[in-house]
Amino acid sequence: MKKALSRLYVGLILFFLYAPVAVMIFFSLNSGNSVWVFESFSLDWYAGLIFDDSLLTALEHTLIIALLSAVISTVLGTAAAVGILALKKKITKRIVTSVTNIPMMNADIVTGVSLMLLFVFVGKILGLDESLGFLTVLIAHITFNLPYVILSVMPRLTQTDSSLHEAALDLGCTPIKAFFKAILPAISTSIFTGFIMAFTLSLDDFVISYFTCGHYQTLPIVIYNMTKKTVTPDVYALSTIVFISVFVLLMLYNMLQNKNVKKRRHRDEY
Amino acid sequence: MNKKSFGSRLVAAPYLVWAAIFIVVPLLIMAYFAFTDESGAFTLINLTEIGKYKKALLISICYAAAATVITLLISYPMAYFMTKMKISSQRMILVIVMLPMWMNFLIRTYSWITILANTGLINTFLNAIGLPKLQLINTPSAVILGMVYDFIPYMILPIYTVMSKIDNSLLNAASDLGSNGFSKLKRVILPLSLPGVISGITMVFVPSVSTFYISQKLGGNKTLLIGDAIEYLFNIGPDYYNVASALSLILMVMILICLAVMNKFSDGENGGVVI
Amino acid sequence: MNIKRIFALVLSIILAASLCGCGYTYADITYEGNYENSLKGTVLNVYNWGEYISDGSDDSIDVNKEFEKLTGIKVNYTTFESNETMYSQLKSGGVSYDIIIPSDYMIERLISEDMLKKFSPNELSNFKYIDSAYKGLFYDKDDCYTVTYNVGMVGVIYNKKLIKKPKHSWTALWDKKYKNMSLNFSNPRDGFMTAQMILGQDLNTTNKADWDKALELLKSGKSVLQSYVMDEIYGKMETGEAAIGPYYAGDYLTMYENNNDLDFFYPEEGTNIFVDAICIPKCVKNFEAAKLYINFLLEPEIALANAEYIGYASPNTAVVNNEDYYYYQNKILYPDEKDMPKVQYYHDIPSDIRSYYEGLWVDLKLY
Repeated sequence: MKKALSRLYVGLILFFLYAPVAVMIFFSLNSGNSVWVFESFSLDWYAGLIFDDSLLTALEHTLIIALLSAVISTVLGTAAAVGILALKKKITKRIVTSVTNIPMMNADIVTGVSLMLLFVFVGKILGLDESLGFLTVLIAHITFNLPYVILSVMPRLTQTDSSLHEAALDLGCTPIKAFFKAILPAISTSIFTGFIMAFTLSLDDFVISYFTCGHYQTLPIVIYNMTKKTVTPDVYALSTIVFISVFVLLMLYNMLQNKNVKKRRHRDEY
Repeated sequence: MNKKSFGSRLVAAPYLVWAAIFIVVPLLIMAYFAFTDESGAFTLINLTEIGKYKKALLISICYAAAATVITLLISYPMAYFMTKMKISSQRMILVIVMLPMWMNFLIRTYSWITILANTGLINTFLNAIGLPKLQLINTPSAVILGMVYDFIPYMILPIYTVMSKIDNSLLNAASDLGSNGFSKLKRVILPLSLPGVISGITMVFVPSVSTFYISQKLGGNKTLLIGDAIEYLFNIGPDYYNVASALSLILMVMILICLAVMNKFSDGENGGVVI
Repeated sequence: MNIKRIFALVLSIILAASLCGCGYTYADITYEGNYENSLKGTVLNVYNWGEYISDGSDDSIDVNKEFEKLTGIKVNYTTFESNETMYSQLKSGGVSYDIIIPSDYMIERLISEDMLKKFSPNELSNFKYIDSAYKGLFYDKDDCYTVTYNVGMVGVIYNKKLIKKPKHSWTALWDKKYKNMSLNFSNPRDGFMTAQMILGQDLNTTNKADWDKALELLKSGKSVLQSYVMDEIYGKMETGEAAIGPYYAGDYLTMYENNNDLDFFYPEEGTNIFVDAICIPKCVKNFEAAKLYINFLLEPEIALANAEYIGYASPNTAVVNNEDYYYYQNKILYPDEKDMPKVQYYHDIPSDIRSYYEGLWVDLKLY
């Protein structure tokens, strides 16, 4: 009885979480051009997407920014984690960690606005016609991704035995080589987690891009502009595709992990 | 040895430069705008102008607080029930809970209009079974609902993470010592899950208090939350950058105070964010 | 879960989609202007109002695509929803544009702040199509900066099924009978206009007391109001979500196509008339392409497509005198002299008054 009640509760919450998703998928299949009145089933909106330049361009922009910003922030952030741990003075470490946390703790709108002010300010000084664009949105995304990468790498790095590094040095490795051969493999999963986090955060970001992207409009910006007018099912169709792709990816990731767990268990038996 | 750690410290250099230019300097520029007028002369007038937005601040805090409390009340049992499931179904449900986070939040919010509108799904249904229409959309409740919906995964996740780490033997010990279900919850689970609750609260409150889309779409654009006010001011011209910066500054200070208070509640260093 | 099956599903969806694909087919148009150019591959940044160009939906002509095909210049088209947003973007220097289409009073301000580039429209081969009534208007007396794009008036749209015979007055928006069913503008200039008209004020008043009075009136109407809108009004009126709201006459005609229960009137107190014109801002990067684009928009067939899609009154004589034009001699767009409502233009207002009413607008929102 108790179990049934708890199941029911979980079911209700999931229903709450997925009701709007269901609405979205349902109306993406509408043959009419309304997201209120359903006429009949059709895939026309999906087909139309292939020809919708503005959406496709925005999708391309989003993917480029997400990939670049995730790669750069992962490299920069991993290096930062190593360096911050090596800081000796407690107070410096504290200051650096606090500054690092700012973009994560702060409201997105404040981060976005402050970056925009910086870019516009610099643009005015340099006398540019146009201060916002690809570069600024990339910088903004790297900036808000960094703390997440550092946050995910740092704990693992702390746990990694420093004797591992020393052993490698004793065996004749240069410090750099020692890092790549000994430390990096040990923290690779957390680096990967950081990368994935950065990638998805960047993919979904609206507020910060809104203030910094200029002509380089990403998908959320285009969607925002569309919701200012009458929304047609094409936006829903696109979101459905994104949703299903993520769903499939997550399922794959989950399955791989399960396999890994099994493998590890298998190995442990010996 | 010394040389090695110097080398290690050096790898942080690019990041430190980056953080200085793109985290610290922008905030300083924002502060500069907040304390100057259009000609660049020092002034406090922007801060006194804020008085006008007192109500916006107040409404934002009330809405965000309500959304946070509701989210907490819904999420806590959810997280608890999740930990009681088989490990494999736990992972599954976790993925399912997180999945909507990967869907664009503008779309997630927008599809609530289809559900709540006067001619929306709920009212059409009520109409069909002969019940009177309800005014759902363009109300404060709709805005709060939007916040709860958009940010609920941020509450469930940290609470679940902390709870799933609670040692089962601890619970068994409590039972052995004669605790019933309720006192077990009160004395063991609640205190141990507190860090998760704290980080959940901050992760829901901060985006709720600063949002600028939800109230425009679900609240009929009839009031200004603090985020709406900032966005509006930045959108009507550079003449308003100063006031908008002052408002952003206030918002940031407010959030920092909230975080500090929250940190006081949680013990130790890792009270900030648990993901 | 079986991955293969999922992939099969996704693949079949994509396939099905591409099979029933309905891409845009280019129209067969004869052009009068000369579009030979050496600008192929360059980008033209166009910044226009939302829903303000024929975009290929419902078998219309996709104006930007046709221009791209004709000239090889890529059009980067973005939209704004108020003159103020457009101004803000331009003034901040964050983004640059080659073409903008602001309204009259904003053009006045842009010219006074030296933000527009002169380009002598007279030299454009298709400028001859612009009706002389729309040349040399108050903001650009010598035709140096602008080419008129559209003309319009504000009126009230209502749903006949939900509202029986409303009074032809702005006060209908205040009527308690329509509680939670009425809309108003979410931009201050137009929002204040509805109240100013009831109060019989000059729309360009510099008397702060006038603005205060208008604010009080707007506040008193807020409890009746469902929401403040711009283009969201399309969805709300077409579905019957809202019953009455003020908007631009041309947009009513577009909404009417989707919902025949809608009706329209010009309020007896009078209304605002506006002209939106094509301009080239100072920050232009692709000046020659911008001129080609303006000339292209004046092409009889392109202007016709736009006039039919947008539904606003056209200043283009080739459109207005064309008997096949869908809105040929339409009573709402081109009223006879006797049916013409009393109209006022907006003018640029001194900046202190502007900040004053912007402040009042915040008060209204927070009321």
